[in-house]
Amino acid sequence: MVDAPSPTAPRLAVLDYGIGNLRSAQKALEYVGADATLTADPNLIEHADGVVLPGVGHFGASMDALVRTGLADQAIKVAERGQPFIGICVGMQMLYQGSAEAPTVDGLGLLSGQIQWLPETVKRPQMQWNQLRCEDHPLLAGLDESWVYFVHSLAPEMSSDVIATTDYGGSIVAAAAKDNVYATQFHPEKSATAGLRLLSNFVDLCRSSA
Amino acid sequence: MVKGVNFVDLRDAGDPVELAAIYDAQGADELVFLDIGATHEERETTVSMAAAVSEQVFIPFTIGGGIRSVDDARKLLRAGADKVSVNSAAVDRPELVSEISAEFGAQCCVVAIDGRRPEQDRSSEASSRFPSGFEVYTHGGRRPAGIDVVAWAERVVELGAGEILLTSMDRDGTREGFDHEMTRAVADRVTVPVIASGGVGSVEDLAAGVTKGSADAVLAASIFHFGEATVADAKSALRSAGISVRPSVTGAVPGPG
Repeated sequence: MVDAPSPTAPRLAVLDYGIGNLRSAQKALEYVGADATLTADPNLIEHADGVVLPGVGHFGASMDALVRTGLADQAIKVAERGQPFIGICVGMQMLYQGSAEAPTVDGLGLLSGQIQWLPETVKRPQMQWNQLRCEDHPLLAGLDESWVYFVHSLAPEMSSDVIATTDYGGSIVAAAAKDNVYATQFHPEKSATAGLRLLSNFVDLCRSSA
Repeated sequence: MVKGVNFVDLRDAGDPVELAAIYDAQGADELVFLDIGATHEERETTVSMAAAVSEQVFIPFTIGGGIRSVDDARKLLRAGADKVSVNSAAVDRPELVSEISAEFGAQCCVVAIDGRRPEQDRSSEASSRFPSGFEVYTHGGRRPAGIDVVAWAERVVELGAGEILLTSMDRDGTREGFDHEMTRAVADRVTVPVIASGGVGSVEDLAAGVTKGSADAVLAASIFHFGEATVADAKSALRSAGISVRPSVTGAVPGPG
């Protein structure tokens, strides 16, 4: 069983917008020593040492749910204020300006660029383990050439914020970072040891900025 | 594509949560929990098990057994399962596949198909009724469904299945290896990943599932449960056969604190 978090454990708010499997991300963060709460409470989110936006599913439906629960504005507020913030999978995609999956729906715009369909030459979704090529970044410490688990049909376009890529019908974006905003297209909460290491790195970043 | 993803079926396991954690540590790529039970009480137990697994196991896992509705599926996915698998209930009511797929996405929706060669005394009519040479069975392989395995696989993919878990009931428990003819017949005709199951007696059988059966992933239970092989052994065998797999990772898992 997971031990109770220590009093010094960073307090993380996992944004609960009622869609998909949000529990796995919370449990994995607890496993690496964070005090993680699944929440939509603005007070908890504003006082968190770090904020996590997980996601599985459709960009449009997820953005709708995020707006409806008031968490879209909340996410922008805490990210702009400098709290460490990580988006996972569709949670990553929502950080961008928009997506080809739902062209009429605006993203949060915390990262520049659009979400595009994976190439037509490969199976969509990519649903498999794949290997990372990482740049030197504290979120990715110890992760170069690690294997991580992907489930997605779209990915962000290449930009200067990209810190990791993987090969799937060409090089595609696997992780990005800009200041205090981090994002992974893969699921660290489903990527065994490598994924736990990434979440542990994120918890460290939250700890050092707390 | 990385092939030879290694599934472990936990259907006859002791404590499934404990075993799941062991297989995760050994480098299993996904886990599948099947046939847990179909009564109301058993379904509740399955939901608790999904929750317990998701606290300790950080790889994708699928749960099958007793799922008859979108609501059954939702409970398991919310508890932490990544995919649900439907079998007999989809044969009874194929719309179940499209309902689950529409609600949660095709990537969450696995259809398990149990197939076998039709019985000898029915073989004359069988060739016309079952053009692939394989018939779908339900209820743990006991009841013939009267439909062709490949036709059923194509139908469920049309309905929104994201993956097919194909078990040979002729081979299940025999340790003679997968029925490659059946695996290939399905894999050649559908666009979604096909997981081969039923009959594994050695790690070499797993590799053959990919090289001879064209499976996208292979599943085994007893060779792991009884300690005859580890997941790392299985991956070495796959790699020796020239199949690209995720290496079994050694080293400390970042734990609490």
